[in-house]
This record gives sequence, C-alpha cells and structure tokens, in this order.
Amino acid sequence: MIPAGFDYEVAESVEHAIELLGNGEDTKLLAGGHSLLPAMKLRLARPALLVDVGRLNDLAYVKEEGETIAIGALTRHKDVASSPELREHCAIVSYTAGHVGDPQVRHRGTIGGSLAHGDPASDLPSVILALHGELVARGPGGDRAIPAGEFFTGVWQTALAPHEVLVEIRVPKLGAAGWSYTKMARRAQDWATVAVAAVVHGNGSVERAAVALTNMGATTLRATAVEKALVGGASIDDAAALAADGTEPPTDHMASSDFRKHLARVLTRRALEEASRRSGRRARGG
Amino acid sequence: MRRVAFTANGTRHDLEIEPRELLVYVLRDRLGLTGTNVGCDTSSCGACTVLVNGESVKSCTMLGVQAAGMEVKTIEGLAHNGELHPVQQAFHEHHALQCGYCTPGMVLAAVSLIDSGAATDEAAIRHGLEGNLCRCTGYHNIVKAVADVAGVS
Ligand SMILES: Cc1cc2nc3c(=O)[nH]c(=O)nc-3n(C[C@H](O)[C@H](O)[C@H](O)COP(=O)(O)OP(=O)(O)OC[C@H]3O[C@@H](n4cnc5c(N)ncnc54)[C@H](O)[C@@H]3O)c2cc1C
Ligand code: FES
Ligand code: FES
Repeated sequence: MIPAGFDYEVAESVEHAIELLGNGEDTKLLAGGHSLLPAMKLRLARPALLVDVGRLNDLAYVKEEGETIAIGALTRHKDVASSPELREHCAIVSYTAGHVGDPQVRHRGTIGGSLAHGDPASDLPSVILALHGELVARGPGGDRAIPAGEFFTGVWQTALAPHEVLVEIRVPKLGAAGWSYTKMARRAQDWATVAVAAVVHGNGSVERAAVALTNMGATTLRATAVEKALVGGASIDDAAALAADGTEPPTDHMASSDFRKHLARVLTRRALEEASRRSGRRARGG
Repeated sequence: MRRVAFTANGTRHDLEIEPRELLVYVLRDRLGLTGTNVGCDTSSCGACTVLVNGESVKSCTMLGVQAAGMEVKTIEGLAHNGELHPVQQAFHEHHALQCGYCTPGMVLAAVSLIDSGAATDEAAIRHGLEGNLCRCTGYHNIVKAVADVAGVS
C-alpha cells in the first residue's frame, strides 16, 4: 500500500513549521508517522503537504521544573519510557510509554503525536488526563497552555488550531500519590480494548482519585462517578462499579460495547487497588 | 521528486525519490536489497524491520525521505567479512527459523534489543520481540537463540 502523492518539507524550527502550516487545510505535521502513515497508506488521510517536524531535536527533552515535569512534544516513546526524571517523579507516564505498541513503534512514535492524533484508543491521553496535565500549543500568536480536560474533543479531534504545533506536555510530580495504568489488550502489541489510568491520593487507602478511561467513547473520559464516590467515602469495589456510568463505548472487532463496560468496571477496581498500594510512599517504578 | 542521501549497509546512496515512497520499497526496488520482506504492510508483523541509526524500525511505516542523513542496516549488511553476525549464527544453531520469511526482521529486531541492553531475561526477550510475528516456529527457538547471544538463560 502506497500513500497518495503529497509534497514534503522538512521544518527547520517550530516557527518554520507554523509558517508552513499556513499553506492550508490540507497540510499536516509528520512526527513519528506511526499513526499518520498507516492512515495515509489506507488512504484514510490524503494530505497535500507533509511538514516533517521529526527532526526538531530541540523539542525532544524531559526536564524537571519545580513541581512540574516538562516533556518536549517530539520526545520518542522509548525516551519517555527510559527518562530518569519521569521514572522518579511521574512513573505512570514512563511506564505507559513503555507499553505503547512494540519496540519498533516506540523507536519512532512521539508523545506529542500520540496526543495530537486524538485517538480514543491511545494510551497516553488517559494518563495525561488523570494527571491534570497541560498541553502547550504554539501558533502564530505565541504559546497557550490547554488543560488536558479541554484538549480531547472527539475521535481524531483536539483543541489544537490548524496553525498550531504542540510543543510541550506538562505533568505534575506525583510525590506520595499512587498510580496505575491497567490495560487489557487481546494480543501483546495490540491497542487497548479498554484501559484505566488512576492517580490516587491517600495513605494506602483512597481519599481522592483521578480516573480516566481509554477506548470507552469518542475521547478519553474522566470516570467522574467513580471519583465522586471515592471522595464520599465509598469502598474501591463500590466506586469501581460505577466506572461505566454515562459511557457509550463502541462495539468493534475487539469487543462489544457491553463487554467494554464490564472491562471498565473490573479494570478500574484493579487500577485503584494497585494505585492505592503504591500511595503514601514515594511512587517509583515503571 | 526529492533528492535524498543516506547510508545503507555502509554504502552512501544519493537518490531521487517521491516523498510517498516507503523506505522498504526504496530498499527493495531502488537498491535491490530484497532481504527485507514485506509481510502485512500494515505495521503489525515486523517482517520489514531494519535498523535506522542502530534502532529497529518497521520500514513499511517510514518514508524514504525520513531516512535522509541516516544509517540504515538491512539483513544483507549484518555479516562481517563473510562471518555471520552472532545473532545470525545463533538462529542457525538453535534452528530458530523454518520458512524464513520473518527471519530478517526477527534477527534485526533481536540485534536492536540486545544492543539496547533490554534483553535481560526470557520475559524481557519475549516482550522485546512482540513487534515481530512468526507463523512457523512457535517462538521457543527464537527466544533461545536471542538468550544465548544476550548471555541470559
Ligand atoms: C503497530 C502499532 C501499534 C501501536 N500501538 C499503540 C498502542 O498500543 N497504544 C498507543 O497509544 N498507540 C499505539 N500506536 C500509535 C503510536 O503510539 C503512534 O506513535 C502515535 O499514536 C502517533 O505518534 P507519531 O509521533 O507517530 O505521530 P504521527 O503519526 O506523525 O502524527 C499523528 C497525528 O498527530 C499530528 N501531530 C504530530 N505531532 C504533532 C505536534 N507536535 N503538534 C501538532 N500535531 C502533531 C500529525 O499531524 C498527525 O495528524 C501504535 C502504532 C502502530 C503502528
Ligand atoms: S510489513 Fe511492515 S510491519 Fe508487516
Ligand atoms: S520462520 Fe516462517 S514465519 Fe517465522
């Protein structure tokens, strides 16, 4: 399978990429290409111009900034997975990046591409949502920070404007909060049938939690009923039973909608159990 | 068309290619390096795996123009002075192939895995080869071969 023809430009800088994006609606950024190229080979995407940002090495970094970890949008999954800063302070991100696809995918795919693609089956959107992360977009008018809760707007849709480049992802240090990313996939390298990201505050128990669901709707979703129940003092079992409330997950070749709802409840319980075991001490690992 | 220069198995190439040409077809059709197989053509099977700057990459999911300035290694470039690479030798000794279709990609994925230091035990080797499918061997002998070279049991 060969993509339809297109023009190709290498961006020399973010500013250059923004300028090239001004060429019109049919222009697309190319980062790792591991979502875009498969879609182009299937002719689901037919951009007229590809702007290659994959060589902007100054956007490939992980930095500690006070209580925040800043991740450059062009950081490859394998470098996110092995980052000492993330493994120490926000291991849910490094752990999850290490479980995206397979090694070949992680050698090319970037965290920015994963988020900007807006696929509800992707793993990292739920993690950034459960962390209350921020996404920094740069456009002709400068930078703006978009809260994760406002970034994902639909299947393959995000709050990024056509002329904006995602440049940085900002996540808080977890401190004593516990975490889990619990993913159910049918085969080793597969996308999640359903997955749950949980960040738990408490001391071996759950006082407060943020829970986000992968592949349970058009975007990653907060399991707000679960979060409310936990603040109200519900047990993990009782709270997790509410995980599918208000969701309308898709039916596809991997699972029916009902099975996905069942998985959401089971995986939320497991994620909360794992996260609460890790809370109250400095969360490490991944 | 665009001019692209990159190295394949140590030889520098300077080519005129269309941006939409996938790296695997640049290697196979333009350079005659047909050791790199196309299996699924949908980024799943790993048969087309090559090394780009030393790291395993599915060459059906990379454009030729993205390889500009990079070093590509295919199965043809792995043996050195007529001697098989240790991973090739181990595949031979452990009978880690049957039809051989997955083998070039499997060997290069294994080289990348071992070089990255991630082949630390059997479970890590199995996890590290999850991007490569083999329809014949059942994987046991492949894992044994890789473990042998990585020095783990
Ligand atoms: C076999 C296979 C298995 C996979 N398994 C998983 C999995 O288990 N879990 C998972 O989450 N993902 C999985 N993926 C997807 C993988 O994580 C991709 O790397 C990721 O979704 C896209 O990142 P990319 O850098 O390759 O982006 P690209 O494909 O280059 O781009 C994707 C989209 O984002 C836009 N974009 C990219 N960068 C920016 C930016 N900086 N600013 C604005 N827009 C931008 C592009 O224009 C494009 O529309 C898999 C992919 C493959 C091929
Ligand atoms: S042919 Fe490239 S992954 Fe199957
Ligand atoms: S040896 Fe036949 S596919 Fe692996």
